[in-house]
Amino acid sequence: MTRPGGTLTDAGSRVSPPAGGVGRSAGRPDARQKVTGEFAYSSDLWLHGMAWGATLRSPHPRAVIESLDISEALRLPGCHAVLTHADVPGRKTYGLEHADQPVLAAGQVRYQGEPVAIVAADHPETARRAAAKINVRYAELDPVTDARAAIDPASPRVHDTGNVLRHVRIRQGDPDAAAPVVVRGEYQVGMQDQAFLGPESGLAVPADDGGVDLFVATQWLHVDRGQVAASLALPEDKVRITLAGVGGAFGAREDLSMQVHACLLALHTGRPVKMVYSREESFFGHVHRHPATMRYEHGADTDGKLIYVRADIVLDGGAYASSSTAVAANAATLGIGPYEVPNVSMDCRALYTNNPPCGAMRGFGAVQACFGYESQMDKLAARLGLDPVELRIRNAMREGSVLPTGQVVDSAAPVAELLRRVSARPLPPGPPDGGHVDLRAMPGGVSNTTHGEGVVRGVGYGVGIKNVCFSEGFDDYSTARVRLALAGGAPVAEVHTAAAEVGQGLVTLQEQIARTELSVEAVHVAPADTTIGSGGSTSASRQSYMTGGAVKAACEQVRERLLGRARARFPGHDGLTLAGGKLLSADGEVLAGLADLLAGPDGAAEATVTWRHRPTSPLDPQTGQGNAHVQYAFAAHRAVVDVDTELGLVKVVELACAQDVGKAMNPQAVEGQIQGGTAQGLGLALMEEIQVSGGKVRNPSFTDYLIPTILDMPPMQLDVLELADPRAPYGLRGVGEPPTISSTPAIVAAIRAATGLPLPRIPVRPEHITGT
Amino acid sequence: MRVMLRVNGRPVSTDDVWEGESLLFMLRERLGLPGSKNACEQGECGSCTVYLNDLPVCACLVAAGQAAGREVVTIEGLGEPAGGTEAGALDPVQQAFIDAGAVQCGFCTPGLIVQAHDLLRGTVDAGRPAPADAEIREALAGNLCRCTGYEKILDAVRLAAERKTEVRKTEAQS
Repeated sequence: MTRPGGTLTDAGSRVSPPAGGVGRSAGRPDARQKVTGEFAYSSDLWLHGMAWGATLRSPHPRAVIESLDISEALRLPGCHAVLTHADVPGRKTYGLEHADQPVLAAGQVRYQGEPVAIVAADHPETARRAAAKINVRYAELDPVTDARAAIDPASPRVHDTGNVLRHVRIRQGDPDAAAPVVVRGEYQVGMQDQAFLGPESGLAVPADDGGVDLFVATQWLHVDRGQVAASLALPEDKVRITLAGVGGAFGAREDLSMQVHACLLALHTGRPVKMVYSREESFFGHVHRHPATMRYEHGADTDGKLIYVRADIVLDGGAYASSSTAVAANAATLGIGPYEVPNVSMDCRALYTNNPPCGAMRGFGAVQACFGYESQMDKLAARLGLDPVELRIRNAMREGSVLPTGQVVDSAAPVAELLRRVSARPLPPGPPDGGHVDLRAMPGGVSNTTHGEGVVRGVGYGVGIKNVCFSEGFDDYSTARVRLALAGGAPVAEVHTAAAEVGQGLVTLQEQIARTELSVEAVHVAPADTTIGSGGSTSASRQSYMTGGAVKAACEQVRERLLGRARARFPGHDGLTLAGGKLLSADGEVLAGLADLLAGPDGAAEATVTWRHRPTSPLDPQTGQGNAHVQYAFAAHRAVVDVDTELGLVKVVELACAQDVGKAMNPQAVEGQIQGGTAQGLGLALMEEIQVSGGKVRNPSFTDYLIPTILDMPPMQLDVLELADPRAPYGLRGVGEPPTISSTPAIVAAIRAATGLPLPRIPVRPEHITGT
Repeated sequence: MRVMLRVNGRPVSTDDVWEGESLLFMLRERLGLPGSKNACEQGECGSCTVYLNDLPVCACLVAAGQAAGREVVTIEGLGEPAGGTEAGALDPVQQAFIDAGAVQCGFCTPGLIVQAHDLLRGTVDAGRPAPADAEIREALAGNLCRCTGYEKILDAVRLAAERKTEVRKTEAQS
């Protein structure tokens, strides 16, 4: 990794980073537990006497429930409870933006897999058998499955409120602008699954006070708590949620899955209840990435400078709202890409259908749009006979550019530089030309499908933009409590937040920040739970910024308290600092140890801070104008592929990525995010699609839904830029999502370059390449 | 039914096992060894990889009863056992996964470590050269990871192989 220096403008940190501080590749505090098998994931929890929950789900995408008979299930030995809609004591529905999703189906079902009833039994198999004995009579209805057709007011309605869940309009400049060079395209994105490995799971424990303790893998404890409490008709303080070990998230744990169900069963039976979804159930148990159809028209002058973009994006939100309204805003506001375009007309709609519900997945609306606008940029470059990188650089956004929303990009936006870096890298050696061939380097691998015949190489580029943190006026905050105290005579910092560690390394980052700010080696991150204020969602690439910001601010307060004590104790000294676990005078003289400052009558120092990013504004509903976003992040990819044009098989030979991260808080973790995000983008380009036919999922398993293996992933070359954002803690920029966004179009562009095919749909299938 | 076997070097016996239970379920829910993971439970992801009589298998595809009388080693059985208050020494593969940053959410990690352990047992530990990248990729092709993009997992296996090779050289010299 190369890390050219940026300017770190943050002046808050007055101490040099200790080992394991900010900017170092500090190790994960949970790594040892994770490599020894001791780390307790949500599916690993166990209590004596616990029962197992199971869920009965609708086999139909749209049906009326004519009758529901649980008597036979209740008679099964070992079955403790069977609960239905009627047993939900509080709010019967839930949802992140709109509470439109039934906790258990009431009278009708709107998607295949919708929970209808829940069961608790003494063994998971008993629970499954009991669920199978629930007798439900459905009257099937024709499902609404085509999102674009569902716009028509004459279409059958999925909900009484109509099918258009949100229509985001953005109008900038001249809506009728004309241009000498025009390219049009229609693009489609299939339904991608987050495919985290740790299934939805948790343990609900009934408490003596009538409340419930829930241990669960989630992305946002407090929003879970609000929804669970509402449906249980309990005050929020009677619902206590602790984060259990999370086996990946990627957006799929933003919505509730088994949370309310396990709590209902626990409160009903008086026993702890564990629920663990199988992989098949997991495909029905969480929302997916929205499938999209996108119509784009780009107008440019003969030098390739963009004059206008007109776009129409339709996102299939499926049966319930989830976060579709926010996804639509992202797809719209970021929908022309990291380019300067004076005239924009964008319409983006999210639709209700009877397909599986869609919501958050890494990239959140920006992924779909990027495939559209980057495909268009390649098409425009080809029309003009320009190099695709050169065309992009001519139109690249930079600091000071104005977005289609009217918002000015007011920190670094090195779009051109990122493109230059990936394109300047040496290309990998060409495909073998005769002689000995290592099959493992060929499309098709050891299936022995080619020794090089019919194999063509292609190179393609993609660049994307993502907003960081929550947008559109949302009150987005995180809370951190930091306590510095003596333990065994040595200073130890404890950091407590409710922010969810989902694998990305937030626990490490919290330790690093405390070490840097407090000049202390020993840091303990307390388990995330609801005894402290909300940490906000682990999504939108926001936790380093937000919880990192909150921890930093709390540490600063603790530090100021200690320095206040020091000033009282050492009057006449100005410019006191903490470094290396010592109190230093302005000229570097050691005045006291950190432990001395904590040992006095004042004892431990503690601060709790609720920290916010700068406010944002809603979008104007007619014009889409408004300072809706907090921060932007950019990444660019170059993909090199070998395509077996006879069989339609693709081998990605190499991926290069350049990304600006503002500040590499933990370089090893940053690399891991870029590599992992890039892999998910490769999956969307080449293999990952939940295939839905007539509203039914055809491939709910890892046998039929393919995610990249180690054989599918090529070596990756990374360039990490650190151009500080002066408003962000340490200058950092959210890291997690951008690499997922631009790798997909780069790979498809490379396949197009190899084959000359238009390839308007992802994932690209072999038959799209062979035309068979 | 009652199932008796050896797990991580110790004889164990468990009662009331339902015939349809997998070795994975028995390990996780009856024997207190949840380190082997339940990501797909159909042999596609490798998260539950354990040694069964010295061969790496997906514990989800082995019926609990099939393990009767056999020797199972799980992720919990790699490395040195803890002694008193001291944590046990990690296996070099476990240590390399930590050092290389190959662990994010960690759900794939136990299975990958067992599989990588087996690869190095058959190569470096057997006096053969460290596996080439293509060989590592082949060996780990049955283990899915959703977080890392596999680059740091490759780094970890290379690092473990390198360290084991160094140890062998040192031992050979002395």
